[in-house]
Amino acid sequence: MTAIETEAGTLQKGSAVGQSVPRKEDGRLVQGQGVFFDDVKRKDMGYLHFVRSPYAHATIESIDVSAALEMPGVYGTLTGDEVAILTDPFFQIAAPPGGHVKDYALAVGKVRYLGEPVVAVVAETRELARTAAEYVMVEYEPLDVLVDARAALADGAPVLHEECGGNLSYSGVWEWGDVDAAFAEADHVVSIGELHFDRFNSTPLECGGALVEYNRGTGQWTMYTNNQFPGFAAIMMGPAMRVGLDKLRIVTQDIGGGFGNKITSHPQLVVCCLLARKLKRAIQWTEWRTEFHQSMSHGNERWFENTEVAVKADGTLLGFRTKAIDDAGAYLRYEPLGGVIWSQVAAGMYKWRNIWLEFTQAMTNKAPVSPNRGYSRMQQLWFTERVIDIVAQTLDFDAVEIRRLNFVQPEDMAYETPNGCVYDSGDYPRAMDMALELIGASDIETRRAEAASRGKLLGLGIGSTLDSGTNNFGQSQLINPELQFSGNNEVATVKLDIFGEVVVTLGTTPQGQGHETTAAQVVADILHCDVDVVNVRVGHDSYWNSHAGFSGTYASQFAVTGLSAVKGAADMLAGQMVKLASMVFQCPEEAIELADGFARIKDNHEAALPFMALGAIPNANNAGFPDDPPTMNCRYVYRPPFDVPDKERKFGNLTLTYATQIHACVVEIDPETGVTEVVDYAAVDDCGVRINPQIVEGQVMGATAHAIGAALWESFVYDEDGNLLTPNFYDYHVPHALDMPPLKTGAFESPSPFTPLGTKGMGEGGGGGIHCICSGIQDALRAAGGAIVTDSHNPYHRVWEMLSHPERSRETIEVTSR
Amino acid sequence: MEINGTSYERDVPASLLLVHFLRDDLDLTGTHVGCDTGSCGACTVQLGDEAIKSCCMLAVQADGASITTVEGLASDEGELTPLQQSFHEYHALQCGYCTPGMLMSATALLEKNPRPSEHEVKVALQGNICRCTGYWNIIEAVVAVGEKGTR
Ligand code: FES
Ligand code: FES
Repeated sequence: MTAIETEAGTLQKGSAVGQSVPRKEDGRLVQGQGVFFDDVKRKDMGYLHFVRSPYAHATIESIDVSAALEMPGVYGTLTGDEVAILTDPFFQIAAPPGGHVKDYALAVGKVRYLGEPVVAVVAETRELARTAAEYVMVEYEPLDVLVDARAALADGAPVLHEECGGNLSYSGVWEWGDVDAAFAEADHVVSIGELHFDRFNSTPLECGGALVEYNRGTGQWTMYTNNQFPGFAAIMMGPAMRVGLDKLRIVTQDIGGGFGNKITSHPQLVVCCLLARKLKRAIQWTEWRTEFHQSMSHGNERWFENTEVAVKADGTLLGFRTKAIDDAGAYLRYEPLGGVIWSQVAAGMYKWRNIWLEFTQAMTNKAPVSPNRGYSRMQQLWFTERVIDIVAQTLDFDAVEIRRLNFVQPEDMAYETPNGCVYDSGDYPRAMDMALELIGASDIETRRAEAASRGKLLGLGIGSTLDSGTNNFGQSQLINPELQFSGNNEVATVKLDIFGEVVVTLGTTPQGQGHETTAAQVVADILHCDVDVVNVRVGHDSYWNSHAGFSGTYASQFAVTGLSAVKGAADMLAGQMVKLASMVFQCPEEAIELADGFARIKDNHEAALPFMALGAIPNANNAGFPDDPPTMNCRYVYRPPFDVPDKERKFGNLTLTYATQIHACVVEIDPETGVTEVVDYAAVDDCGVRINPQIVEGQVMGATAHAIGAALWESFVYDEDGNLLTPNFYDYHVPHALDMPPLKTGAFESPSPFTPLGTKGMGEGGGGGIHCICSGIQDALRAAGGAIVTDSHNPYHRVWEMLSHPERSRETIEVTSR
Repeated sequence: MEINGTSYERDVPASLLLVHFLRDDLDLTGTHVGCDTGSCGACTVQLGDEAIKSCCMLAVQADGASITTVEGLASDEGELTPLQQSFHEYHALQCGYCTPGMLMSATALLEKNPRPSEHEVKVALQGNICRCTGYWNIIEAVVAVGEKGTR
């Protein structure tokens, strides 16, 4: 049984905020009454199936859809040639060379990864659409394939996008502090040949899809879908389809997990829209699991080459240099934003002041990457943690003590990093101590000996996550100065309806994070009513007036952007309720209070108006008022305080909050097989004020499961021809119930000084866990040759290789001391 | 066949999967689809007293069978079963996409083994993938129902 040890909140809170209020969402979901996109049906809708490329790289010589079209029950098709006439290529975030990529909703002239959609077929049934797709004849001429980002940048490599003149999407040097001086001051320089962060993603259980309708009279499309960032989808789709954003209505209700992987479904949505218009019927598209694995949103694979670390004799870390090579896959659907997002956590939790990092991103014949829980930061955090363990092992420092020495300390908060980011609050040493205590680290040597007596290698691992939340989109200008994005926002409306119902709408797209519940908690405390009285509309609808350009659910920001918008709107409504009551009672506003579901006179509780009366007056009973009664319908746009970063120095605050997690584990390795078993695991979370501790803990546990999966089992493996070898849950092993180690959680709260509620966004803690396992494995291997862990993904065969040839990895590390 | 106590008679194509029959023909959309290899258990329903994956069965194979789906668990008045209630209390669901399958597998387990151990619960849920929760809250929710003896 898991031991859950949670510390009580440290702040004075209202009656609802801070409580583990059971979720409002659950009632429908445990009864099968949720509405996921695939549950939405329309009369005579056509089922869409994609014909996908069997090649990783090929030119399309010809396409013949006639045999499919002749089948009874097939409604129609769409090809890349039609798409190229009906739409413009998607807007590119990248400056040249990546900015020259021409990306359409279907392949035009050429395919660039296995599984790329080439033709769409629509038919009367799912089964028929799938069968008809097999009757579409496509002739390909295969081309040389690139599956390695390092090779993609070499001279003479095959080129994916001719317009780009090579496979480079973005390259830039990021330098802060005085790096040369740091290396001159160093007593030791540790060089690490190559580190590799593997390709995987969080594979939400529900795949992508949509039900799309076209209203011919108004020219508007409605998409019932599970896209998790409708603001972004609309910005991508509108210009490509040559329509204004108001023609694109995006609706979500329940979404079966997202984890970032459902941000970039805009190409498929465009195909659905074009076909709904062309075929004059609703289009139903549900992705199959294999299709998801082949084509949807892989996480960024990244290499770190020729790393050098400047270390003082006492273990103080002065700085590092490294060359990061990132693999974007075949198209830049959200990239190259990963090329800047990492810099939110350039130095991780540590006081490195001097950093030189060359970031280069290449395109390869693999599925396009896009955000995946911990997007682009977990690679960097993994790197910083890996460097520390390697330095510790090579220079014989204690892995715990060197962390303690180099942590940004609580008294340094708020801490400005060398690149101008501001860590708002936190206590990293305390989090580490709690995590170590939870896994019983003080007995580790006894346990190591006991395991050794059973022939097992035991190791202790540590990992950290700085969950930077609430992006400053101005950072996009650091990779493309021409972009006109900056800041961030989210919208909420809170209104009082005729019968006194409190109704909240949001621009977010929850996928399991419990927004209905936490939003209701915040509103209930402000209006002094029950959580049950507050109705939070389910899901997202871009036709509600609670939608702005950055609306969506991504990048650890709801507890800041979403709930601050809710708070702002609820505060406005509370003010209006007081004002209206003062008009009715003809007394000053200061004499009125909200309490127990009433607006009443403070020293005369008999003079009380129920919410119902307050809602009815402006809506349906407004005669006789000398002045207009307040509307009781409040909209608030939360805008975090950001400046545009300095583009020359690549300097400025890129995110508002930094939630922290420290993970610690004990692993046992069977030297006969290389199989790693996680025997103890703890995750300690500090995300500032917790609105609902149970929901926070749920996020921590879920992220931990993702981390353990990615560290040991989950990988998108390609062969040299670009075939994906793990295209389903059979080959791509995600953790099952029996795989989960005993899990302990701990929490404390360092409120953010920068946010209205003291909250921090959280939920992306998985990166810490990936490193935690790597670190445990390296520690365990010390007793068996001392191999260095250089990869984020360590299945049994890689561990076995490290056991068999520990010198191979050790030889990639060099130390120069003076 | 009989589903949640109601008899249905339909002509269906031979290739139609049971899960698509439930979802598309009968509009019982609580049963979900999460994979195409029989690996995830999102489609789990109870056939007789066994939990089965409805994506691994053709609709015609279930001819004459008695099936319970997630819609058949709570009472008509919406009163939750102790297991559903326990999922709610233990925060055993986030997105809720795996939940119907989890509930059906666990219901079948509890019918056969009213007080399962933690390990027995894990084994019974081994065919059900959850990508959100990390499983522990689900396991605890099921064990707790057994301990309370209130299945
Ligand atoms: S849908 Fe995955 S096992 Fe049935
Ligand atoms: S709750 Fe989302 S898959 Fe289980």
